[in-house]
Amino acid sequence: MEVHLSPGWIQTPGRSDPPVSARSSWDDRKDANSALLSNYEVFQLLTDLKEQRKESGKNKHSSGQQNLNTITYETLKYISKTPCRHQSPEIVREFLTALKSHKLTKAEKLQLLNHRPVTAVEIQLMVEESEERLTEEQIEALLHTVTSILPAEPEAEQKKNTNSNVAMDEEDPA
Amino acid sequence: MFVLVEMVDTVRIPPWQFERKLNDSIAEELNKKLANKVVYNVGLCICLFDITKLEDAYVFPGDGASHTKVHFRCVVFHPFLDEILIGKIKGCSPEGVHVSLGFFDDILIPPESLQQPAKFDEAEQVWVWEYETEEGAHDLYMDTGEEIRFRVVDESFVDTSPTGPSSADATTSSEELPKKEAPYTLGSISEPGLGLLSWWTSN
Repeated sequence: MEVHLSPGWIQTPGRSDPPVSARSSWDDRKDANSALLSNYEVFQLLTDLKEQRKESGKNKHSSGQQNLNTITYETLKYISKTPCRHQSPEIVREFLTALKSHKLTKAEKLQLLNHRPVTAVEIQLMVEESEERLTEEQIEALLHTVTSILPAEPEAEQKKNTNSNVAMDEEDPA
Repeated sequence: MFVLVEMVDTVRIPPWQFERKLNDSIAEELNKKLANKVVYNVGLCICLFDITKLEDAYVFPGDGASHTKVHFRCVVFHPFLDEILIGKIKGCSPEGVHVSLGFFDDILIPPESLQQPAKFDEAEQVWVWEYETEEGAHDLYMDTGEEIRFRVVDESFVDTSPTGPSSADATTSSEELPKKEAPYTLGSISEPGLGLLSWWTSN
């Protein structure tokens, strides 16, 4: 990216792009909702970011980076306690394919992915108007899909390779 | 829980950082500016996701730094309406139950959204759900540190940009005192399945 030196150019007030400090806030968000992210994706992103920053090392503790350190630490701590920790892209894909037949909205599928409900009560919370849209057998089938495809918190610690997208053998919690 | 938000901003790179790769400097600056900050009407920014477009960088007279307009996407914590979340109870007060997610602390469950009937125990400063069964009423306490499942019902962003000096006869009263109000989320647990996790797992 080349930097333009502009000795003869005068900055006029009418210029279209004043520095952001002249504006009041981040009003230029083009799309406030361009994509929903699952907890697993955020977990992956933050873990990779942490690895990268550990490798480059030197300026982790400067005051400017403190905020980033805090938020990544806290968010990772939160997500690590959810079942998302043990997911992988293949599992997510398999889960979404299996859910196609149930006709759920994107938000509902996301909640099922993030929370891994195990009881019918939880399904009723996450799926809107579930009494009208799903019969009892469908709820059972949905529960079965969720618990069989998405891995639960295993008793023993599973080693997960976070530096590459290796497909994980999902354990069926018998 | 998390969304990707596309934003545009102008990033200033001071001259002593010109030897670094532009992309790295910009990523670092954006993270410094956005991480752990709440953007009005957008949400709590976590970190930079990626840079989609870098426009030409300009150097303005009088300032040796380069200014680059950057289009990027940011990971933002912004729960959608009616989303179910699991958090920890931070404390109780007469205003309601305060819940925290670790990285985000300002979640309030007001008394009217608790499982009814609920009362506030003044002695222990804790909210109690009086659960009626055939045997009699069970008192279910909402203790600090307990995990709680709740539904998001409302969100409130407070504009904390600095206002001018207040004149003696200013009519608006809310921003007079330096009362720091944080943007907060309102939750509700008045449905079956919501509330402390322990209430629903032992059945």
